[in-house]
Amino acid sequence: MGDTTVEQTIAGQTIAEKIFAAHLRDSPTPENMVLDIDVIMCHEITTPIAIMDLVDKGMDRVIDQSRIKAVIDHVTPAKDSKTATQAKIMREWARRHEIKDFFDVGRNGVCHALFPEKGFIRPGNTVIMGDSHTCTHGAFGAFAAGVGTTDLEVGILKGVCAFRKPKSMKIEVTGTLPAGVYAKDVILKIIKQLTVNGATDMVIEFCGPTVEEMNMSSRMTLCNMSVEAGATSGLCLPDKVTAEYLWPFIQEDYASIEAAVEDFSTWHSDPDAEYAETMTLDVSDLRPQVTYDYKPDKVKDIDELVGTTIDQVYIGSCTNGRIEDIRAAASILRGRTVADSVRGILTPATPAIYSQALDEGLIKIFMDAGFCVLNPTCGACLGMSSGVLAEGESCASTTNRNFNGRMGKGGMVHLMSPLSAAAAAVTGEITDPAQFIN
Amino acid sequence: MKKFGGSAFFIDRDDINTDEIIPAKYLTEITKRALQPHLLEDLFLDGKEFDTQAEDFQQASVLVTRSNFGCGSSREHAVWALEVNDINVVIGESFARIFRQNMFNCGILAVELSKADIDQLFALAGDDDGIKIGIELEKDTIVAENGQGEKAECSFSMNSFDKELVAAGGWLAYADQKY
Repeated sequence: MGDTTVEQTIAGQTIAEKIFAAHLRDSPTPENMVLDIDVIMCHEITTPIAIMDLVDKGMDRVIDQSRIKAVIDHVTPAKDSKTATQAKIMREWARRHEIKDFFDVGRNGVCHALFPEKGFIRPGNTVIMGDSHTCTHGAFGAFAAGVGTTDLEVGILKGVCAFRKPKSMKIEVTGTLPAGVYAKDVILKIIKQLTVNGATDMVIEFCGPTVEEMNMSSRMTLCNMSVEAGATSGLCLPDKVTAEYLWPFIQEDYASIEAAVEDFSTWHSDPDAEYAETMTLDVSDLRPQVTYDYKPDKVKDIDELVGTTIDQVYIGSCTNGRIEDIRAAASILRGRTVADSVRGILTPATPAIYSQALDEGLIKIFMDAGFCVLNPTCGACLGMSSGVLAEGESCASTTNRNFNGRMGKGGMVHLMSPLSAAAAAVTGEITDPAQFIN
Repeated sequence: MKKFGGSAFFIDRDDINTDEIIPAKYLTEITKRALQPHLLEDLFLDGKEFDTQAEDFQQASVLVTRSNFGCGSSREHAVWALEVNDINVVIGESFARIFRQNMFNCGILAVELSKADIDQLFALAGDDDGIKIGIELEKDTIVAENGQGEKAECSFSMNSFDKELVAAGGWLAYADQKY
């Protein structure tokens, strides 16, 4: 050990800077950094074209099959010949390259819910996927970014990806969330304040006592929607909550949860780290938040939208299809029924979540209320299958995007929490969930 | 290096997202060419459906727009839909990160100009559909000329790594050589 080493005085680093430094393969300019990527995730919408291009170019190789995680999740089971072909390309590629972590019908679920639950993401990891909501995995203290097909292709082939030197935005959340107000309301409020490009080229660091109190599911909801403010990634600092979630996967590596927490603290930002921007949000009086119009920063307190007619309610997706979300919605649906004018759709995000919801009697609550329960898939969130809206229809949705046409041409998506969505299902209009909370 | 520029088409709106550029229902296609008829199919401008068949749009090889172009989904299909319609340059005030990277990764250009310069280009274009824009990558300038022969010149700054990707013909070619 360096007993006489003189410690260098260097400026403190953010977690993003630490992860970049630990994974730096090359720096073609001082502003551009090529990183080694720990986890390369693939789904059947953006990966098949990459696979076919690699085959065409005689480069059908993978850098390391253990770093690749693949799933068929966007349209599954296949709805037509084209989606069947996409699935087939993925399936054959996974077999050909002996990709062990490949999830097909029966074992598949929404990528950003499935991969965390399998323990694939660890603090300090670098993660890419051809999917903009890859930022979800930042909840584990990882740098996780959505990329295009070419970046994915290079990731598969070379295990690297290029990013600009990270700038960080610190968002400190304080205060106790009022009853009926959830992580989804917090992130919608943040996006409203930042606007849809307020965090472009930045890594958002969610911190503060409210975030520390949140479980992994809520932290994933926060990080999931970072991209809706333009962020490259969103992340939370890994702590005891992270270690407890990951414990089944890391118990061989650490003597105790405390030891894991101590190790994870390597990935905390230094107290003197520099941030490009900082923001604080006190959520003590936060109202449930709901979007209107066609951009995710068009957000209002629910009170301003109460009474808006709803034709469909969709509970699911990588934002809010986890067991905690299903429990929250069920707490309102228990003993109540869906309004006659409403089509209720529940899509548990993974088979494990579905199974857990069955064990807890939650699926029965949804079915008794008149909900249709679908298999795990991305489905209606992006209007690809199972729950597409007709022109002029509105959906109260726990998903992440309300773009014009997103859930079907001419449809309107109101983004909200699972609790607010369940309340809308019961009344057929946007409704403050507080009236159903005892 | 590949030459960039030609007839320009102007879209006066911020935050055009990749769902508008290419709707998700076409993401089941497995060839880029199949995206060709669907570029900007779901775009609405001032509440009206965008006319994808307009002649000046069909002939465009440069797109000029406002801020945060390409936000939303990471789908590179948005870039391919432009490419297969022979649009190899998008000029805007700003771009969403993934879209911008996807453009350079495909070896084509996302050029950022100041709001004042974008305003100037919109003014120069007016109702004139004969505007042409040339991009001189070596000099970091663009030169625009409308049908009346009026010209505007704007300078831009482009990340040198992004330029290298364009010179290499995209990120796959660059990375294959270097890593």
